[in-house]
Order: sequence, then structure tokens, then C-alpha cells
Amino acid sequence: MGLKEKTSDLKMRMRHALKGGGDKAIEKQKAVGKLTARERILALLDPKSFHEYDLFVEHAAKDFDMDKKYLPGDGVLTGTGTLSGHPVCIYAQDFTVAGGSLGWMHAKKITKIMDHALKLKVPLIGINDSGGARIQEGVNSLAGYGEIFFRNTLASGVIPQISVILGPCAGGAVYSPALTDFVFVVDKISKMFITGPEVIKSVLGEEISMEALGGARVHCETTGNAHFYAESEEQCFSQIKKLAGYIPWNNTRKAEHFPKKSPKTRQYKIDQIISEDPKEPYDVRDVIKSLTDDSDFLEIMELFAQNMVIGFGRINGETVGFVANQPLVLAGVLDVDSSDKAARFIRYCDAFNIPLITLVDLPGYLPGVDQEHAGVIRHGAKVLYSYSEATVPKITLILRKAYGGGYIAMCSHHLRADFVFAWPTAEIAVMGPEGAANIIFRKEIATAKNPDKMRQEKVEEYKEKFANPYVAAAYGYIDAVIEPNETRKILIHALEISAEKDVSMPTKKHGIPPF
Amino acid sequence: MAKKRVEKKEASTPMEILKVDDVAYTTLLTKKFRERKKYEPNDPKKVTAFIPGTIVGVSIKKGSKVNANDKLIALEAMKMVNQVATPMDGVVKKVYVKVGDIVAKNQLLLELE
Repeated sequence: MGLKEKTSDLKMRMRHALKGGGDKAIEKQKAVGKLTARERILALLDPKSFHEYDLFVEHAAKDFDMDKKYLPGDGVLTGTGTLSGHPVCIYAQDFTVAGGSLGWMHAKKITKIMDHALKLKVPLIGINDSGGARIQEGVNSLAGYGEIFFRNTLASGVIPQISVILGPCAGGAVYSPALTDFVFVVDKISKMFITGPEVIKSVLGEEISMEALGGARVHCETTGNAHFYAESEEQCFSQIKKLAGYIPWNNTRKAEHFPKKSPKTRQYKIDQIISEDPKEPYDVRDVIKSLTDDSDFLEIMELFAQNMVIGFGRINGETVGFVANQPLVLAGVLDVDSSDKAARFIRYCDAFNIPLITLVDLPGYLPGVDQEHAGVIRHGAKVLYSYSEATVPKITLILRKAYGGGYIAMCSHHLRADFVFAWPTAEIAVMGPEGAANIIFRKEIATAKNPDKMRQEKVEEYKEKFANPYVAAAYGYIDAVIEPNETRKILIHALEISAEKDVSMPTKKHGIPPF
Repeated sequence: MAKKRVEKKEASTPMEILKVDDVAYTTLLTKKFRERKKYEPNDPKKVTAFIPGTIVGVSIKKGSKVNANDKLIALEAMKMVNQVATPMDGVVKKVYVKVGDIVAKNQLLLELE
């Protein structure tokens, strides 16, 4: 055979492999509203940027007549490309080939591209659509998962890892996404669980649909396992592209610098968002948008623990991570879920050199037996731990209430915030005026002729003396009390001056955060 | 689009009051908060399933006299047969399950008096 023949032989082999699971299987995939693995990669990455590897990999299983079966690419596509101009490594499981089941060679393809990503220090994107372990391959299939989880852990905090769940992802398979930084799900398409509805029914007699057990909405709203919710694959891909613009390629870099833009001040008037009465709600996202470039804010985990808002924005072209109490929901309290949500995000920002801006307005921790028994002590401690440990620039702005343990937790000076600013509306106190007055003036109130009137007087007295930023400022716990309209200017300066921040922590193998 | 849905939900959900340290805050409550389990003190007279599973043996009936730590019910779960024992001496007031029943976690199995 000459070069011409050999080239046409190559083309024939490629055509054969590129067919995936064949027309029938592709038709089935489309019928449930899903794209094929190759279509997904092409839709996500920049046009013509995808380079595929290991197209000719075949499985090596022998048992159960597997040696007679040909599985193109062994049910997974791997390669490199660019995403909004950023280099990435990517893999996508192909459900049309043996249900995307994971065998040894399938796993080898994935771990090879993972090793690549870690070595080249570029982000890794995994598109999951698989029926699970390939039962015919037995323990080799389990070994494959283990090798993937190990690499997820090695890569954690070194390169961004993004998981996209575009089909079933069940049993042990769910632990790869769980170990990665951001999990994207799509309504009606994504399904994640450890034990499926059938097992639950046979063991427990409880009937539940896949969607209700581990659908996209459940993981975004209830479990907190997923970070971004989309209604279609297309919307999901545009969310990933948007996120990619905010984060650096690896932990030695800074996020890409964008052209500076002003906030939309006509839409978001910073001095008109909050109500002076600390008992009245407002949407803290409006405050964030009044500060960020073009009033743009990419919220993460929008549907989970809504009493805490986290996400990325840009100030003067630089990415910053926002952590903000949300008075609109549950008065912005800290609880098990919101602590968990904030703590992980703080660690993400710290690992990837993204400065943190914390907006504080919270009455404290959510009271309740359920919270105490769910371990709010341990979960709440995660926030303290992550803030204390973070060495990126940390800027705190107290908008209104900062009471009790919540004041300490929300990146106070005591946890080494670089700058703590407060609006004149701030109230930094050990607890809310009503509660404090009831304790401090218990005797006076109990023995008064008119206890209610006395209580009211004492509450007012306490408010007058302590419900302000000046007591804390007198001790130097607040660096400056600032006018709302000056906030962005002051934040820009604080970020600029902390750009070269360099602090080191005591030498240790690793800490022991209250996981 | 997801955003639109969230905002719609907020608009239709009325503000409520949440009390923290005697201060009443006007705010939205979440589904999870509303559905949180109310605390119920443990009643030693009520014997419940500590694990979900299938009842494979019941060795007592109404009126049986039992002593603390007697094994009363065999509960198969996760391929193991577990023995459910009494926490106290007493007389069986009512048995709520029979062999073959599938029980959920914390489901009431029997009551003592």
C-alpha cells in the first residue's frame, strides 16, 4: 500500500470509529433531547479548536463474550481545545456506545487526559453521560473509577475542574463530579444518585422517580451537589463559557483582565437599596451589582441556601469573589447549608488567587433544634476556617447588621481581613438590641411598673449606644466608616493596594478543617 | 432563564417573620426551612426501626411480658438480620408490624406499657 491507500485506509477507520454507537443509538439519544458526545464538545469549545486523541482505543475485556464486541472509542471521547480562547482538556462519555459504561480502557482514556491537564496546567472539563460501571469488566471497572477519583483529588486546587452532567451519573460515578469545583446540570437530562429508585424501592419500599430523587432541580435546590442549573444543554454551555472568563487557567495565574467598565448606576443606585430599619429585607445582589463592572454578577449555587449569595464579578476589570449575606431570605442568617456553601467558595477563591469581597448583613445563626442536631457548630466552623486560612486579599464591607458570632465569622479583622469598611448604617454588636436589652436590663424590666414601656426604653437606650459602627471603629476593628456612594472607589483602591499581598502560613502538611 | 424563574418565585412568595434573638425580621422563608423536622423527645415506650428494611421475625404479641434488652423483632436490612430489642421492662401494648412488612427508618414497630 502506498501513502494514498494508507491515507484512505486511515479515513475509513476514522469514519468507522466516528459513528459511535450507530444511527439507532444516536436516534434514541436525540429522542430524549440530548446531543451526542461529539456534538456537545463541538458546541462547547471554540469552533475548529477540538483535537481528539485515542479515537482507536478499544476495550480489552474477554469475559461474557465481550471479546466479540467492538465499542468505538470505548464509549468516551477525549481531547484538547480552547474555550473562549482558554486552553482546556476535555472528555465526554458517549452514551450511544454501550450506554457510556465505564470499563478499564474507557477509564484509561479519561485518566490519560486528566494527567495531561494536570501536567499542562490547563482546566479539565468532564461531560458525564453514563449508565455506570461496565458490569462485564468487574473489578477493573471499579479500578477505573478509583484512578479517576485519585486524579480529581490531585488536581483539586491546581487546575479548575468542571463537571457537566448530561445524562445519568449514578453509583460510584457521582464521586468524580463531587470532587470537582463546579457541577453543571440540565433540567430533565441530569440524574445523579448513589442508589437509584429501583434499589430504594426493593429495599425500602419507597417509590420515587429519578427526577425527584436526583434530578437537576433537586441537586441545585436541596442537596447543594450542583452549582449551575440550566433548562437546556445550550444554556448550560453558555454558562460554562461565562464561568471560564472569570477564573484563571491554573493556580499560578490570575484571572484574565477584562476592559474596565462602570456599574449601571441608573439601574442600581447604591444609596437607595438598603432600608435603614435593620428588620426590613432587600436583595443584596443589587448591592453587588451596584459595585461590579457593567453590573455583571455570575451567581453560583443560586438556588441552594439562598440566605447566602456567592459568585464572581469584576471590579476595574479584575475578577473578585463575592460572599454576601442575603437579608431577603431567612433574614440572611448563617446555618448549616449557607456555611457549607460559603466555606467551599472561599477556599476556591483562595486556591485560585481571586480576591474576596465579603458583604455583611446578618442577625446571627439560625436558631433551632434541627440546626443544632445537624451540626451547625461543625459546619459554621468551616466559614471561620476558610476565611482564616485564606491568604488572598480579603476586603469586608459591613452594610448593616453584624451581630454576635456572625460578625466574627464574616471575615472580620480578627480572621485577618485586610480592610474592614462599614457604612454609617452598620450595627456591630454582640446581639440584636431587643435581645441584648432583655438580658442586660432584666432586673429593671421585671421590677418596673410598666415592664413593656421599660423594655422599650432600654432597647432604645441600647440602640443609641451600641447599634452603630463607631464602637467597633473606636477599637480599630473597622478601618473606615464610608459613605455608600464612595464604596466602589474605595474597593478599587483596596484591591489595587493589596495586589502584591504576600503572607505565609505556618509550615504544615495540611490543616484539618471541620469537613 | 433560570434567573427569571427565581424572581418569579420570590414575587409570589409573601414575606414572613423570622425571630432571631428577640428581633423580628421580615424575610422570605425557604422550602427547606418550612419542611424542617420538628423535634420530638425520645419515648422509650415506642420501639422504632433504627434502619429501613424488612421484618423477618416477630417473637411477641399483644400482652407479652418483656424485659429490657429482650430481642423482639428481627429486621433484615442491607443483607443483615438485626435484632430489635426492648429498651425497658414492660408489657406489649400493640405490635404494628408482621413478618414480610417493609418498614422505613424510624417507623413505629411496637408500643409498650
